[in-house]
Amino acid sequence: MSAIPEKRLIPDRLGTSATRLFGSWEALLFAVAVLIFIANSLASPYFLNAWNLSDATFNFTEKAMVAFAMALLIISGEIDLSVAAIIALASTAMGAAAQAGIGTPGLVAIGIGVGVGCGVVNGILVAGLRLPSIVVTIGTMSLFRGIAYIVLGDKAYGGYPASFAYFGQGYVFWVFSFEFVLFAVLAIVFAVLLHATNFGRRVYAIGNNEFAARFSGIRVERIKFTLFLLTGLMSGIAAVCLTSRLGSTRPSIAQGWELEIVTMVVLGGVSILGGAGTIGGVVIAAFVMGLVTFGLGLLNVPGIVMSIFIGLLLIVTITLPVIIRQFRHRKPA
Amino acid sequence: MTSPADFLPGIFSLPVYLMNQITLPEPMSETPLLEMRGISKSFPGVKALNDVNIALFPGRVTALIGENGAGKSTLVKILTGIYESDEGEVQVDGKPVVFANAQDAIDFGVTAIHQETVLFDELSVAENIFLGHAPKTRLGMVDWKAVNARALALLHSLESNIDPRVRLKDLSIAQRHLVAIARALSVDARIVIMDEPTAALSRKEVDDLFQIVKRLKAQGKAILFISHKFDEVYEIADHYAVFRDGKAVGSGALAGVGQDEIVKLMVGRSIEHAFPKVDIPLGETVLSVENYTHPTEFRDISFALRKGEIFGIYGLVGAGRSEICQSLFGVTKPSGGTLQLDGNEIVIGSPSDAIKAGIVYVPEERGRHGAVLQLPIYQNISLPSLTRTSRSGFLRAAEEFALARKYAERFDLRAAALSVPVGTLSGGNQQKVVIGKWLATQPKILILDEPTKGIDIGSKAAVHAFISELAGEGLSIIMVSSELPEVLGMSDRVLVMREGLSAGIFERSHLNAEILVRAATGNA
Ligand SMILES: Nc1ncnc2c1ncn2[C@@H]1O[C@H](COP(=O)(O)OP(=O)(O)OP(=O)(O)O)[C@@H](O)[C@H]1O
Ligand SMILES: [Mg+2]
Repeated sequence: MSAIPEKRLIPDRLGTSATRLFGSWEALLFAVAVLIFIANSLASPYFLNAWNLSDATFNFTEKAMVAFAMALLIISGEIDLSVAAIIALASTAMGAAAQAGIGTPGLVAIGIGVGVGCGVVNGILVAGLRLPSIVVTIGTMSLFRGIAYIVLGDKAYGGYPASFAYFGQGYVFWVFSFEFVLFAVLAIVFAVLLHATNFGRRVYAIGNNEFAARFSGIRVERIKFTLFLLTGLMSGIAAVCLTSRLGSTRPSIAQGWELEIVTMVVLGGVSILGGAGTIGGVVIAAFVMGLVTFGLGLLNVPGIVMSIFIGLLLIVTITLPVIIRQFRHRKPA
Repeated sequence: MTSPADFLPGIFSLPVYLMNQITLPEPMSETPLLEMRGISKSFPGVKALNDVNIALFPGRVTALIGENGAGKSTLVKILTGIYESDEGEVQVDGKPVVFANAQDAIDFGVTAIHQETVLFDELSVAENIFLGHAPKTRLGMVDWKAVNARALALLHSLESNIDPRVRLKDLSIAQRHLVAIARALSVDARIVIMDEPTAALSRKEVDDLFQIVKRLKAQGKAILFISHKFDEVYEIADHYAVFRDGKAVGSGALAGVGQDEIVKLMVGRSIEHAFPKVDIPLGETVLSVENYTHPTEFRDISFALRKGEIFGIYGLVGAGRSEICQSLFGVTKPSGGTLQLDGNEIVIGSPSDAIKAGIVYVPEERGRHGAVLQLPIYQNISLPSLTRTSRSGFLRAAEEFALARKYAERFDLRAAALSVPVGTLSGGNQQKVVIGKWLATQPKILILDEPTKGIDIGSKAAVHAFISELAGEGLSIIMVSSELPEVLGMSDRVLVMREGLSAGIFERSHLNAEILVRAATGNA
């Protein structure tokens, strides 16, 4: 007696991939990047030069490496404010080792090892003891940098082996620096990790609904621990590059970078509340921030103005989605 | 506007026996209290409401009926100022009104129990009930004494002994639901909307709620009642309105209109919901639970689950049913008792242990535990099965879509696309995603906690058929359900729980509704 019900077909996706792409935050950010690029080239005759552009990339490559790992961490609903302090501690350790006559491979291992070690400390405190990451990493931020200050006082370490300079000053091919190539490779590695693996999918699930993630059999603590370890690792790598580029270590090295790194991540469209964002967005945000600081530098704008600018950028990108949501609230369509 | 203090005694003073005898004249001549005309509302990819008209009359219960995704909750959200309609007009007492926000709706006398309740975990029960409209002292401060006292009175009227001072997060989901009901009733409203208020309530709590509905009716309030359970609709409603794919396809007085007629309006065909349970010979014991005990929720629960068996668990709200399931799934730790899987003692420390052992749990709270609402449908369905849909750790979207499509088709999911976030689906469709997600894991033991909560009649039959099929293939199933027909129709045996203790295990051949209810309430 029952008629055959009409078959309803559910498409896989709504709209074409092109319409989805153009509506995205990343597309908007890309347009901003292009505008800044044009503005820079109009403002300064020195800007459109392959070597100048190459120099400009040093403004963001080291921070961006850490930002990739930070993006995953923030998407999972956690944060690490100790990254700059990890860089300082890793750099101090490398400086001390260089004084002791250790060669370049040993220095790199020490820098990366200290980074990983600090990440493990954060990971145990947050994932193991289930403490809130914002509090834990504010604590370890003071701790790690404090150790650097105790070791160094107002001195500085120098005297790194000549071959150590390659990581921050060397070029792989033409204008492409070692740092820039590393940045590009890491961007791809992290994009694949976040967007194409089970691990990345689980990170999104945890950031949106930790309960449901746990109920789905995801080992939430293990993944969070891994993310802190990754962030420590990237901070260690950034420390190698930065120390190599500067050729010396002071305890104030990378001071305030945690703010710039978080700004880069949030500007890239990663939700500060967790659960959403892409590596592509962070890559574009890195270019935007690098171009802006470089452009302001060419115009001889003082450093304090830059930090005001970074602060404003952070506030605007955090509030913008909130304001947009307010307007959309009653009309979700 | 009268204050809650005035209305509280009003509602609750009329003796029940009197109210049951009140019969009001046929309302056709009456003017509607609230009328919606030509209402339309679209979301990306769906027209949720399409030129809908509906009228609510004083002293009448109107049942709103329709398949999952027909647009019922969307209508409720427009009536409560949460959404703005694209077109159309709302009239109260014949005068057009605009509900620009939730407060406007309350001011015009509309209150609602929403399908997905939004309460605050960290606030107390009383605070949740009176948030936004707490009684004030003369100095304009919140009158906490009055808040707590009135909360207690409201909860009492629902026959619930929840302490108004405890934090909401310490309540079970069904208790939270009662708090949501109390919150809606704490507003002095003339129009009361109930969007699936009885989902996950057992017969006893439904009876209590219906007593209140009758009181509200006797006071001349207009009530909109949404439910997928026809026995309830026939018990409480005077009028019906049927929605189908966002259109109002029929309405009128309910008396004399058969269920078959309504189902036909609703889905365009008849549905025979005979429970498809087939008796299959039960195999050996798969899981044996002995003296399972939790510090606060349950004590000394023992049962043996056999291969191919559907083992029902019935009980009142707060009897400890979900808590047992969650501890079998490794979410909460039991304080005593042992667990044997295939004859070997096991300890399950986390859901991931349970899943590895082949035990999966379909949680009751779909929004909190069941689904990641922000993620797309296909990603939710594949989430616990990622190791199967991926290749050496890399996602394969095609496999995920194929898996999602299989269950979407099986349960007649209504969605604009498989990549829309689960949170944009209607309540019943979210539930279908949650069930599909867990069935896709191919477990040995399946624990279902209110599996068909909020699912419409057609899809419910599909879910039941699927469960029977799985049992026939040798899967063992534990099914918690508050719905008597479901428990009776599907189970081989039923464990009845009362206040955390076992009140007996009943064989299928000895089962009837009366026995279950009596065992659950403890009234001999
Ligand atoms: N916020 C939203 N965004 C996008 N689509 C939505 C949103 N809310 C509802 N919809 C869509 O509108 C349609 C109607 O949904 P609604 O919740 O009103 O259904 P319902 O009749 O209440 O169903 P159920 O019986 O399952 O509760 C569905 O197709 C749903 O996917
Ligand atoms: Mg609904």
